[in-house]
Amino acid sequence: MDTNIANSNLKSEDYFINMGPQHPATHGVLRLLLTIDGEIIKKVEPDLGYIHRSIEKMSERDSYQQIVHLTDRMDYLSSHINNEAVCLTVENALEIEVPERVKVIRTIIGELTRIASHCLWWGVMGMDVGALTTYFYGFRDREMINDIFEETCGARLTMNYNIPGGLMFDIHPNFVKRTKEFVAHFKTKIPEYDKLLTGNVIFQKRMKGVGILSKEDAISFGASGPVARGSGYSCDVRKYYPYSALDKVTFNEALKTDGDSLARYEVRIQEMWESLSIIEQLIDNIPEGDYKVATKAVIKLPKGEFYQKVETARGELGVFINSTGTKNPYRLKFRSPGFSNLSLLNHIAVGGKIGDLVASMATLDLVIPDIDR
Amino acid sequence: MSYFGDIYKGIKTLLTGMSVTGKVFLNNKNNSITQQYPDNRETLKMFNRFRGEVVMPHNEKNEHTCTGCQKCEIACPNGSIEIIWDRQIDPESGKKKKMIDKHIYHLGMCTMCGLCIEACPTDAILWAQNYENSVYDRTKLTKVLNQPGSKIMPGVED
Amino acid sequence: MILSINIVENDIFNMLLIAAIYLGIFSVAGLFLVLLERKVAAWFQLRLGPNRVGPWGLLQTMADALKLVSKELTGTIKADKFLYNLAPYFVIISSLMALAVFPFTQEFQAFDINIGIFFLIAISSIGVIGILLGGWASNNKFALIGAMRSGVQTISYELSVGLSLVTMVLLTGTLQLSEIIEVQKSGWLIVQGHIPAIIAFMIYMIAGTAETNRAPFDMVEAESELGAGFHTEYSGMKFAYFFLAEFINMFIIAAIGTTVFFGGWLSPFGITESIPWLGIFWFLGKTFALVFLMMWFRWTFPRLRVDQLLTLEWKYLLPLNLLNIVLMALIVWLGLTIQI
Repeated sequence: MDTNIANSNLKSEDYFINMGPQHPATHGVLRLLLTIDGEIIKKVEPDLGYIHRSIEKMSERDSYQQIVHLTDRMDYLSSHINNEAVCLTVENALEIEVPERVKVIRTIIGELTRIASHCLWWGVMGMDVGALTTYFYGFRDREMINDIFEETCGARLTMNYNIPGGLMFDIHPNFVKRTKEFVAHFKTKIPEYDKLLTGNVIFQKRMKGVGILSKEDAISFGASGPVARGSGYSCDVRKYYPYSALDKVTFNEALKTDGDSLARYEVRIQEMWESLSIIEQLIDNIPEGDYKVATKAVIKLPKGEFYQKVETARGELGVFINSTGTKNPYRLKFRSPGFSNLSLLNHIAVGGKIGDLVASMATLDLVIPDIDR
Repeated sequence: MSYFGDIYKGIKTLLTGMSVTGKVFLNNKNNSITQQYPDNRETLKMFNRFRGEVVMPHNEKNEHTCTGCQKCEIACPNGSIEIIWDRQIDPESGKKKKMIDKHIYHLGMCTMCGLCIEACPTDAILWAQNYENSVYDRTKLTKVLNQPGSKIMPGVED
Repeated sequence: MILSINIVENDIFNMLLIAAIYLGIFSVAGLFLVLLERKVAAWFQLRLGPNRVGPWGLLQTMADALKLVSKELTGTIKADKFLYNLAPYFVIISSLMALAVFPFTQEFQAFDINIGIFFLIAISSIGVIGILLGGWASNNKFALIGAMRSGVQTISYELSVGLSLVTMVLLTGTLQLSEIIEVQKSGWLIVQGHIPAIIAFMIYMIAGTAETNRAPFDMVEAESELGAGFHTEYSGMKFAYFFLAEFINMFIIAAIGTTVFFGGWLSPFGITESIPWLGIFWFLGKTFALVFLMMWFRWTFPRLRVDQLLTLEWKYLLPLNLLNIVLMALIVWLGLTIQI
């Protein structure tokens, strides 16, 4: 591996490969400009913008209720948490206290969303390192969550269940039963995931010591979520700035200090267990009460700047609203986790092989519409 | 000796992985998650809250409850709803009243966010649970929700 | 249905007839293997697999082949036209040639050459030239990387395939496939050679999977890394040749395994010895069991990285193999083989 051809007397040139935007490993429309020397990566330049829809600009035209549904289309795998972020910002600005019931339901669905997202990530992770079967196993379990969402929210992916002031409608009577069924089912499936992929010697060899990100680099690149926590940077927004009902539950922040691809992988597996525990703590005690507080039909935020952050499945999502007191925001900015996490791809991939790039990119769990917005 | 230990452990993990897929293979008859879609049309039932498309229910007298207040049109984020209305004389009260001429719904633009249905004060529009919305010509996705000749149900006010 | 088609005289007509029969049988067999792979994959993956074309989807791959035949052959403008067009034939011809030497039953063998094993090893390494040519000539960087990986991989794993078979040849004392089976009438070689034979079989299966460029050793195609690898620029029937060759190669690897380790057409404990033509069912049954094993590998394991692939070969398989040969030689010398 040290016998780099550039060190020998042979004349050699780096060459350039265009990976994406239609490459299977870039999961959407990310384009990577790779400079490689044989198999070894010299430089990775991400090229963005293939799915830019100017959601932030569109938000300036929309009312606050309407903004919520646009956030579904950012990080579509944690759409509920995105919705929640905007709703929390608006509620904080209006100084509305939502009922306890709403908080608990939001948290449960948020954690289900996180599990669904990690299920999909796990499947795709396996697929990126060549084990195609994981994809279907991940989707089998995600399907159960999607059914829960479909029954309660009416949609499977872009749910738009939150509105400023609460929820669009109450949970479906079957919600509690189905969620309990899922928790029981999924507890038997995570060990299966571990057997199939985590423990596998090939997988361990592919992931261990690959794509190393130090804690300092994680902080300076602005990494968040499982990516940062894999490097030992404790940054769970749910822990430090608890929102909704997260202050009522006890859970451990998944943390690993190795900073390699395997650490990021294990953090996500650990997070699934923690999310299950959060759901179990809340599902039996959903308080009675209203599912929303009445807001005015036209919401006008007071003049000023408002910021709220939440922990999506990918990391820290910040919503910044600058209001001039009208019914639309003057400026709305999303701090999306994917964008910062993508920025460190070059840092962790250089020096590795093409296979390593694909594997470490999969552990970043990028959702391209979240990066482009 | 760790050389042979590694080989042993490696083979063991590989066999563990194979046992997982092997079990699925043997139980495939019961486990298969494939839905044979066009075949199961009869049994495929959507959940009650499923957002298929926006419809306007009419009763048997061809009456709906839309007052033409345009709240849904305002609530819609991307202009999927257009309401063409004018003021007509109400035959009952004899007063001039706002009435819809056409409630136009662009299914092709709709993002299924549900804000219009939330906004409707008289529950004139609802979600339908149909899921086969594809057509060959996209102009067919522009629908007029109120039936021809329909009128507002008596007694419905804003 | 006894097909007595041993070549007894150098009759050109006979030869052509046999070649045509083989070509017909095995292109259909290749298609059937593709179907089997898709079905098996589906069952591993909680799916149903092809079930629309024909009963239980049996005609699915026929339909696919028809589609591929009727498709336009596209290619890159700056490709080296001659080599680009030559490559798929290299791959498919070399894999079809290897089929000639297999004894399917006692009589059903087209070409009983006295260096059968050697011939098989030699032929199966020609295929890689086609892959290298295809990757090089299509003037595509992804294809080139795939082709180079394939070169590295095949050169390494040839050794293990060869050496694990040599281990077994120590036991049989002959390279001729029909005689290898004759030897196994007193117990299949995996039983005769017990421990070293089992090790040799494991090494053979690993290296054989690598030889056919299948997952977990599918560096050459590695769809998440290289898109489609060496056949990125191929379409229509030329692509189909590569595709079919992969499956026929899988069949060949399994067939060699059957012949050398599991007694070829011999029935277990000689239960159908009186009906010789039943041999073909035993042969195919054993071969498909091994094919299934390879499919099981493919749909379970993640892919190795290219340097780990070489580590596996040079640090693990090759030294073990050499040790194993010594062990086998000792066992044969001391007469510790198990004879039933």
